[in-house]
Amino acid sequence: MTSPKSTAATEPLLKVQDLSKNFGGLRAVNRINLELYPGDLAGLIGPNGAGKTTAFNLVTGVYQPTEGKISFKGQEIAGIAPHLINQMGIARTFQNIRLFPSLTVLENVCIAYHSHAGYSMQDAILRNKNFEVKEKELLEKAQDFLSIFHLEDRQSEIARNLPYGEQRRLEIARALAANPQLLLLDEPAAGMNPNESLALMELIHFIRDRFKLTILLIEHQMRVVMGVCEKITVMDFGEVIAYGAPQEIQSNPRVVEAYLGRGAAELSEKLQRSKAQ
Amino acid sequence: MKNIFSKSTLWFLGSAFLIYAVLQILVSAEILNSFWNTIIRIGGVMAIVSIGLNLIYGFNGQFSLGQWGFYAIGAYAAADVTYRWQINKSADGMVVLALATLLSGFAILWLRKRLSTVRGLDPLSAFTIYLAVTIILSALAWWLGTLISPTVTNGLNLLPAAVAMQIVFVSGVVFGAVVAAEISFLFGLPILSLGSDYFGIATLGFSIIIKILLDNSDTLLGFQEMKGARGMVGIPKETSLFWVFIFLVLVVVITRNLLRSSYGRAVISVREDEIAAKAMGIDIAEYKILAFVLGSFFAGLAGGLYAHINGFLHPNTFNFIKSFDPMIIIVFGGLGSISGTVFAAFAWALILEGVLRLFLPQGFETWRFVVYPILLLITMLLRPKGIFGDYEIPFLRQVLPKIRKTSETKGTDSPLEAHP
Repeated sequence: MTSPKSTAATEPLLKVQDLSKNFGGLRAVNRINLELYPGDLAGLIGPNGAGKTTAFNLVTGVYQPTEGKISFKGQEIAGIAPHLINQMGIARTFQNIRLFPSLTVLENVCIAYHSHAGYSMQDAILRNKNFEVKEKELLEKAQDFLSIFHLEDRQSEIARNLPYGEQRRLEIARALAANPQLLLLDEPAAGMNPNESLALMELIHFIRDRFKLTILLIEHQMRVVMGVCEKITVMDFGEVIAYGAPQEIQSNPRVVEAYLGRGAAELSEKLQRSKAQ
Repeated sequence: MKNIFSKSTLWFLGSAFLIYAVLQILVSAEILNSFWNTIIRIGGVMAIVSIGLNLIYGFNGQFSLGQWGFYAIGAYAAADVTYRWQINKSADGMVVLALATLLSGFAILWLRKRLSTVRGLDPLSAFTIYLAVTIILSALAWWLGTLISPTVTNGLNLLPAAVAMQIVFVSGVVFGAVVAAEISFLFGLPILSLGSDYFGIATLGFSIIIKILLDNSDTLLGFQEMKGARGMVGIPKETSLFWVFIFLVLVVVITRNLLRSSYGRAVISVREDEIAAKAMGIDIAEYKILAFVLGSFFAGLAGGLYAHINGFLHPNTFNFIKSFDPMIIIVFGGLGSISGTVFAAFAWALILEGVLRLFLPQGFETWRFVVYPILLLITMLLRPKGIFGDYEIPFLRQVLPKIRKTSETKGTDSPLEAHP
């Protein structure tokens, strides 16, 4: 099932084993397994309520898993505080945008860069040389991130006042500023028109190559992921129901069933059979 | 050095000094009588305590009603130090307080580094460890302090009386503030994990506890000189306009330097969105504690200064109704605006205690508590974000660098170029 890129020699960057999460009597995520290799651009898809976002929240430490293991760069991270997981190199965006709404665009990015600020609180209060140099560096770095997303002219605007598409881009810029190795994007194209989501997917490709990232993105519109992801995991009712390259996924009867219902699945099978004949 | 004194800094320090100089001349020439002099100093004190609260509520987003309790702690601690020097002719108060705060302060800092590496330590256990260490070290400081205080007293007596008094006064105010900060650390450790509203109620409880303890300070706490509910008298009146201004400028500069740095942005991010802050690598517990301790430190400073204005302290000054005063000031001046807070604090003192007291007809003085809420109502209706909103004078603003087009994205390598 592994794609040609990830040879057996490389260690997986993120390895999720038998991960489960219960909310009271509801099993939101049921024994899922997931492996991401350095440089992967993978998709996690599934209908609404399949448990995709819960899986993200488990990996980033927002929720504690009920069972299972999550290892990142060979280290066990289940149960670690979210800010430490972020500092280890996992950054994320949110499905419903969570910017720091009343701060400026530049400050939003600066906050994510905080753990790399390089000066102490005493330096900040005394405003010494170290502060001056490092703060200038920090601000310039933040501006660089903004200009990758073409937001450099917007730096002094209040984040809340940005148009929707730019808020989405700012959130990705902010996640990148945390200097991650693994970037988790939760429905980055939600609410975008087809042109915008196409541009966004190209952008995601670009930042993956530019920052040597591994990216996992959630999407529930199949069309969007098919074009950009190299590997796709499909979830339904808290379980992984399929895994593979986009073409394999598209023709997988269980996936079609999950999305469109049993009747459609049977129909598509019939169609394929007739095509083969 | 050129960087440090930018134009806005010079403007700020220059105008602060100018205001001080003008006021000092007016006071010295007795154009402003002692009534107005007191009101100006009260305004400065309120500005300091309100900046502390603005740091906690306005910038960090934690609704706290405990500020007044820390103000009371600072006031009584500093008053006790100067009282013992003035009346008992002994520096034991100062020595014990300084030793206790320094020992427990360093112990807390040291422990914090050690305990942060322990995984899965819950706040209550951490709290117990800190509390035990602080109590043991305070007892040690008591014993050590009474041992060396005669030497310190003799040493201070060698200096001119006025200089010795100033030394005792300033160290009383500063160490009183450190006591407030350390207590706020211990108190905040278990409490700050509560959500914002619950935290507000818990801190209100703290204010009430402090008030009750002060009511019984002579019996329950064993400080005879505090005289419990009868009120503490005989505190030297050492808070001059000069000290109020020095401390106010220091507090403003420290607050600004902290807030306009990466640490300050981390503090503010907690207010904006805790979940997003966590996901961006911000240790929100750490920054809640930081804002709370620093805010309480400022409250303690203000308390120490307040105690030496009238030379009289009464537990009723610190009841919980009064604890809304700094809250009113920061909402009135603008949550998250330092300049608004300073302005509102002086306006509050001048209007409530000055103008209204003077211009309301004889026998109607208590009506100022009717007039001033009406003023508040009108302001809130006309300017719901406070008088200053989030406006800051240039010195206090976050300086954003110039917009830069970096060469690396100038080319066509960013795909957004193709889809503008």
